[in-house]
Amino acid sequence: MAQLILNHLSKDFGTGKPAVTGVSLKIREGGFLALLGPSGCGKTTVLRMIAGFEQPSDGEIFLGEWRLADVNAMVPPEKRNMAMVFQSYALWPHMSVADNVGYPLTVRGLSRDLRDRKIREALEAVRLDAYADRRPADLSGGQRQRVALARCLVTDPDVVLLDEPLANLDRHLRQEMEETFREFHARSGATMIYVTHDQAEAMALATDVAVMAEGKLLQVAPPQEIYAHPEGRIVGGLIGQGAILSLPWPDRAEREADWSVIREMFSPQALFTQSFADVLVRPQDVILSDEGLDATVEAAVFEGERHALRLRLENGQRLRAFSRRPHGVGDRVRAVIRSGWRL
Amino acid sequence: MPRFLTLGNSQPRWLFPFVLSVLFLLSILPLGRLAITGILSLVRGGGDGLLSDPGLWAALWNTLTTSFYGMLVSVLIGGSFALLLTLFDIRGKWILGFLFMLPMMIPPQVTALSWVGLTGPSSTLLKAIGMAPPLGSPQPLYSIGGIALLLGVQNAPLVYLALRAGLLALPRDGIEAARLSGASALQVLRDIILPLALPGFAAGAAMAFVSNVGNFGIPAILGIPASIYTLPTLIYAKFASFGPSTFADISLLSGLIALLSVAGLLVEERVLRGRDYRIIGLSGRTAVFQLKGWRAVSEILLWLVLLLILILPFAALVASSLAPAYGVPLSLKTATIHAYEEVLLRQSVTQTAFRNSIGLSLATAFGLLLVTVLMGYVVARSGRRLAALIGALADIPYALPGIVLAVACILLFAAPLPVFGVSIYGTIWILLFAYFSSFLAVSLRPIASAFRQLDPSLEEAARLAGAGFARRMRDILVPLIAPAAGAAVILVFLIACNELTVSALLWSAGTQTLGVAIYNLDDSGSFNLASALSVLVVGMVVVMMFLLELLANRLPKGVVPWRS
Repeated sequence: MAQLILNHLSKDFGTGKPAVTGVSLKIREGGFLALLGPSGCGKTTVLRMIAGFEQPSDGEIFLGEWRLADVNAMVPPEKRNMAMVFQSYALWPHMSVADNVGYPLTVRGLSRDLRDRKIREALEAVRLDAYADRRPADLSGGQRQRVALARCLVTDPDVVLLDEPLANLDRHLRQEMEETFREFHARSGATMIYVTHDQAEAMALATDVAVMAEGKLLQVAPPQEIYAHPEGRIVGGLIGQGAILSLPWPDRAEREADWSVIREMFSPQALFTQSFADVLVRPQDVILSDEGLDATVEAAVFEGERHALRLRLENGQRLRAFSRRPHGVGDRVRAVIRSGWRL
Repeated sequence: MPRFLTLGNSQPRWLFPFVLSVLFLLSILPLGRLAITGILSLVRGGGDGLLSDPGLWAALWNTLTTSFYGMLVSVLIGGSFALLLTLFDIRGKWILGFLFMLPMMIPPQVTALSWVGLTGPSSTLLKAIGMAPPLGSPQPLYSIGGIALLLGVQNAPLVYLALRAGLLALPRDGIEAARLSGASALQVLRDIILPLALPGFAAGAAMAFVSNVGNFGIPAILGIPASIYTLPTLIYAKFASFGPSTFADISLLSGLIALLSVAGLLVEERVLRGRDYRIIGLSGRTAVFQLKGWRAVSEILLWLVLLLILILPFAALVASSLAPAYGVPLSLKTATIHAYEEVLLRQSVTQTAFRNSIGLSLATAFGLLLVTVLMGYVVARSGRRLAALIGALADIPYALPGIVLAVACILLFAAPLPVFGVSIYGTIWILLFAYFSSFLAVSLRPIASAFRQLDPSLEEAARLAGAGFARRMRDILVPLIAPAAGAAVILVFLIACNELTVSALLWSAGTQTLGVAIYNLDDSGSFNLASALSVLVVGMVVVMMFLLELLANRLPKGVVPWRS
């Protein structure tokens, strides 16, 4: 196994707007990368180029030293030793569960004994050994998903691709499947690439998160890092909750500011001196107290653990905050911004 | 270490060129040859003799009038069946619909024979019940009106299907909204349903017209004895009295038929534009109106029509086949299965015809399957434009009347094949080629729609599993489209086995088909043998249709032609 490298990858379907432009990415061996972005951002196209279903119109894909694809030629998917979990599961309805799982081994010409053993192991790993002789049509959505996973498991693939695998499942099953994916990653040691538009899913599963929008790669970082230090408005708006304020930022290197700095930004003098910057403020960093900025409650939603508030500051900008006490719309409060991050 | 580098495509390199060459061979080559011969003979003034021939104009006039009146009959019968069976609470819809579709699948010369057996002075059936007109009185069906009537009966199912598809696609909520706005059932029918169903009506009528223009079996059996020629039978007659100008004449005549057909097809295309009535088939039923007191009356009327157009003619056919000799009254005592023994066991001509038709049909059905599985795959995996082009090239030889294609094949193969130096003209191979060309679309349609319905990720998963093209085809794709492939085989077999028009021009001694055998037996006066053979053919048709009906639930919508 080796590092998967995307080098300046682009894809243009000839629709006037390229689907993917200049995506460069290194995925470390055994890493779990979540490719996150709104629908239509090109993340599935990147995945399909890695799988070999689409040929890049520019750039290259390497697996270690092995050149998988460039503009002129590419290794067909059947030779790549990759596996994929499709959004629709893509189980073959005319084969039993065991035949579905074992098909990659059949194609590779393994002996019957070895094949049966590997099928059994894979089905045990997803806890479906009792269903080996069923047809996919007889299984529930979550069970089908696990069959698809088992099919990925049998061949010890170098790379496993997952295309929104949880999109068709209900909330309860999702959590269970996330657990299964984590186990699967730990067990197989394969490099995994997981396409999703759900940031919570991405953060929960991946060792690295790559955010895409409009065909471009915006940022790649581990989940904690990308949550704490997002780059740019789009990533900031996409990852986690938060409000983006436009504040007069002093000319200094630090991108993180605490209350003492932020308070200065709201003083009347600040307006004349500095240039403005986009600042991300997470709701848990907004503390309602007796001091701080004057604000009006614009909306309040009870979420069970807490109340989520939308506040309107004196200058018209909006903040998000959490509170343990209920507030009514129109209540006047004071808020301290404990921390802000310049995007 | 670059290895296994190939172009980024799921199809092997040879696939697309293969599909293109098949289309070129089966569609572009014969029709192009016909067009070139037609244009050349026009330019060289070869058409002058033909154009000044009053026979041509009479035939053109006959074709137009029989086709038009036939269309009216089809619209009347097919339209009422479609409206009553789709919109109203008639009992026994399935059996009524199935029986009503039979005339379309029964070969036209058999329809003509059965009606001839039903009416006229020598009708065995009328004699058996003592109602036959006196000997010497004319057979009423040997006339323009008779031809038109039978054309109308034969193609009424086309109107039925087109209109029914249109009616089933009507939005149910639109009808319910009209009811809630206070419209009575009759007003809804008049103001909402009929206007929306009009395109289906018009399309069905256009299809019936095109089918009438190209029909050979009915005007051959009813028209030729009375010297009433239509364009297809004129071609047949010209070809039978072979002369120096024959090739030029028949290419011009078939060009004329092609033009008439294209005009009809354009009308159909225009009214159906943006609405593929074969694919739209809402699962929700259209609103069913209560007929109340009229229900029994309507049901009796429907069954009466079926009795008249299907059951009585078929009874007459059976009666004729059981009669000991032409004109002898049939009773329980005189009835004999002599004719069946004759066609099945003694006559070498009919035995050869059985062998030829069944052999040709099997070879066509399975041979085409090999081609259309690959072609259907390409159609499903290509862009919209390319898929439409492939579909159109495959459709043209089928959409044009068989007589046009037969003439094209004659022109193409009259001379020996270029490289090999042998001629397939007059052999069974020219028939096989013509069948391949003619029925390509019949085989392609169900398979292409099955491929299109297949989730592409099923194949992609197989690719990632490591399966190459041949392997995926064998293990994944073909098993998944198997029901459609089965339907394609049965459909092609059914249509090829009953075919007359193409083989009427292309057969020669030893290569006659069932259609030709029936026609020749009737032509030579062996009416009871022709009837017996026809009864066997109808039996075969019904069995095949039942087989398709059994498959129907596992097939994509629109594959079984009489289900919509």
